[in-house]
Amino acid sequence: MVAMTVNGKSVSVDADPETPLLYVLRNELELNGAKFGCGLGQCGACTVLVDGKAAISCLLPLAALEGRAITTLEGLGTAEAPGPVQAAFIEEQAAQCGYCIPGMIMRMAGLLAETPEPDDEEIRAALQPNLCRCGTHMRILRAARRAAGRPSEEDNFAFAGSGQNVGGTSS
Amino acid sequence: MTHHRSSSPLIPPITRRGFVAGAGSLTLSFALSGRAAAQSEESGVVDQTAELPGSLSKAPFLDSWIRIAADGAITVFTGKAELGQGIRTALHQIAAEMLGVDPQRIELLTADTDATPNEGYTAASHSMEESGSAIMNAAAEVRAILVQRAAERLGVDAETLRVEDGVVIGGPEDLAYNMLVDGETLHVRYEGRGRKPDPATYKIMGTPFPRTDIPAKLTGAPAYVQDLRLPGMVHARVIRPPVSGARLAEFDQAAVEAMPGVMAVVRNGNYLAVVASGEYQAVEAKRAAEGAARWTGGIALPERSEIYDRLQASAAEETVIHETDAGSGFPVKRLKARYTRPFQMHSSIGPSCAVGLFEDGRLTVWTHTQGVYPDRKAIAELLSMEENAVRLIHMPGAGCYGHNGADDAAADAALIATALPGRPVRVQWMREDEHLWEPYGSAMVVEASAGLAADGTIADWTYDVWSYPHSTRPGGAGNLIAGNLVADPFRLAPPTNIPQPAGGGDRNAVPPYDIPGARVTKHFVTDMTLRVSALRGLGAFMNVFSLESFVDELAEAAGADPVAFRLAMLDDPRAGDVVTAAATDFGWDGWTAPAPGFGRGFAYARYKNLAAYCAVAIELQVTPETGAIRIHRAVSSVDSGQIVNPNGVRNQIEGGIVQSASWTLFEEVLYSPDRIESRDWSAYPILRFDAVPASVRVRPIDRPGEPFLGTGECAQGPTAAAIANAVRDATGVRIRDLPYSPKRLQTALRETEFS
Repeated sequence: MVAMTVNGKSVSVDADPETPLLYVLRNELELNGAKFGCGLGQCGACTVLVDGKAAISCLLPLAALEGRAITTLEGLGTAEAPGPVQAAFIEEQAAQCGYCIPGMIMRMAGLLAETPEPDDEEIRAALQPNLCRCGTHMRILRAARRAAGRPSEEDNFAFAGSGQNVGGTSS
Repeated sequence: MTHHRSSSPLIPPITRRGFVAGAGSLTLSFALSGRAAAQSEESGVVDQTAELPGSLSKAPFLDSWIRIAADGAITVFTGKAELGQGIRTALHQIAAEMLGVDPQRIELLTADTDATPNEGYTAASHSMEESGSAIMNAAAEVRAILVQRAAERLGVDAETLRVEDGVVIGGPEDLAYNMLVDGETLHVRYEGRGRKPDPATYKIMGTPFPRTDIPAKLTGAPAYVQDLRLPGMVHARVIRPPVSGARLAEFDQAAVEAMPGVMAVVRNGNYLAVVASGEYQAVEAKRAAEGAARWTGGIALPERSEIYDRLQASAAEETVIHETDAGSGFPVKRLKARYTRPFQMHSSIGPSCAVGLFEDGRLTVWTHTQGVYPDRKAIAELLSMEENAVRLIHMPGAGCYGHNGADDAAADAALIATALPGRPVRVQWMREDEHLWEPYGSAMVVEASAGLAADGTIADWTYDVWSYPHSTRPGGAGNLIAGNLVADPFRLAPPTNIPQPAGGGDRNAVPPYDIPGARVTKHFVTDMTLRVSALRGLGAFMNVFSLESFVDELAEAAGADPVAFRLAMLDDPRAGDVVTAAATDFGWDGWTAPAPGFGRGFAYARYKNLAAYCAVAIELQVTPETGAIRIHRAVSSVDSGQIVNPNGVRNQIEGGIVQSASWTLFEEVLYSPDRIESRDWSAYPILRFDAVPASVRVRPIDRPGEPFLGTGECAQGPTAAAIANAVRDATGVRIRDLPYSPKRLQTALRETEFS
């Protein structure tokens, strides 16, 4: 039996202690936010917050979670009352299939908890572990900027290491 | 069946509202015009000979598309599936606009063999043309019928009446739609009586209406087939052979059956699956079963380095698909080039998943298939069941991009569910199941040769494309993995050689330009070495990459500006418009490299040479030391006819550009004679955020009143060629082999340096 907090509620889970958190969330707790993508820690679709930090739930065994506080996508808000990061993604219509987006939102929630005003490079670096296959990246970046409190009409996302975006004649 | 339907909020709520006819019944008196409704898969061309608009030719009764219940509820039906492309929202907008009702009052049901028309596959960028046209015209006619009924009841001229949010007004009495329908009112054939409003008056179509499915998906509401939880549901995993064609020689079934939670081991010939009460127990049972199985034999794969020579040397069905008369220009300069593209993956972020339930001789499968009807046919054949005893219900999965593992996972769920009657069985593929077993996009080779006349125009043009098939969709049970593995296996149907004008491997192989002395030949090779099928755009990605690279090579040899060179050969004004718009938005004229290593590239195509027009301009930077390519700006314009949702169009083009950049820069399926090596993301890298462009801009060009042309696939080819042309501009090196990996670029740059 492992006791932890999930989205602010105390829960006790009776499962094989080796069971990755992702399966506990999706089955025992019937939460849909964390998605199965690879089970290998390569894609970030299963990202949740553990004690406020973004973590890949497909690799985290239940045994390691005693007393921890887990936040999933559901813990940020609802369709009727979305949390600020969710609201930013909805505002930017930042989804195609949407399957990777919960992981992106959790990644941003984790970043903003640590770094309330991230710049473009910090946003790119934070999202780097997460894959999107539809190519929704531009909107994800726009939503991330909006969530960070600086929405913009135009793209012009600086690259790490390049400082100013030299090619940026696009606005 | 009804109790299954009410057991989950995910099941389409057909019975939530009573329909006028047969309220609450699952066997709705459905108005399909026979079973011949299946579309021609990837054929790429909407039947132009049909008398009725879009899919109305397959399902001509109005109540196949629109029903209005006594309580006022309006339900719109589409046989197409939401794949992340936003079709659900666009169709919703069309229906609301044409019916004249608030979109909130409409419920839209998507692909379900018990409820919606048979619209074949959701593929080939056809959904707007087929389903959009059908719903638009059906809704306009429904509105006209109801206004006419109101006029008759009120004894006034229909011309004096109008509609406001589903209420006919302007007469002595206001009459809501539901006061004007009875059971048979809409059970009539489409006749074209409706008058569509002037596009200038549209209030819902043409607006960036927010996607109706996004809030649920972004807040964790059950939205995907992966989220479906039925009472008593159990979890299955499949165990595949290490290589195609291998036989299961030994298997210690008892050891797996003894594991915690394991309820069943399903073995049928070389087909192997485990079922457990807990999901992670099923994962552990799969891993144990893999260790407990010994396989022999299997088909040897080619050496990767030999694939292109092998493709060109294989027996091929050759077709000359395009010839033009010789012109007057005499070639004074000749260019030849060979381009290659490796096998590439769909590799959806969520591996395929399906839920099956077999009960009382009836089978229900919840699936993210692109084609509920064709997949049902294949599954019925696999299980020797009658088609009408099988129901397939579409639910969204992760993004699709073509024929991935969806149909096969649905067959897995069906096969395993029949072994556990009464139990809902959820099958979730693991990452390697998808990477190793999905059908890939075909490896391809293009050889091009052209002469330039003294005046810098193209004097002749020879173009040959070699390709494996681009559609091995079901089809029959032999097109399903399970069908090949069971004890009495089914044979793969002969792959379709998709004809012109849309083409398969030769899609967009015909140049869109006015070129004399042209000859284009398709070499269709069916001796597939790896499993292949439809990947977004089919052959168009490779052909536009090759053709538009080669046009740039010719422009350079002619000393011409690439954009001006193209415009001089384009007759179609709509083509000229997208080229000009993209060039203008990019700032093509007067562009200079902002820093060393920068280059710009341009490309254009009209998808399938008959659908959406798209031009892409790219500005990128190459770091010679590493061979790394950084895309700074992508600028695009697109004309896909009448726009229903401009933000939806933008989303598709932005996504197409970024995905195509990933294909172009990074992607190649790795394999050796023994096995496929790309079993996860580490061996099949795709674009991550460090490579995402700084800026992607899209200008959709609206064509009010023009037919829908579809948007989903038109950016794939132009993006690849624009990158190729920009790399040439940046470095002086022309690379003709995909992908543009840093290593390949580094090697090419070094060779140039020492040559």
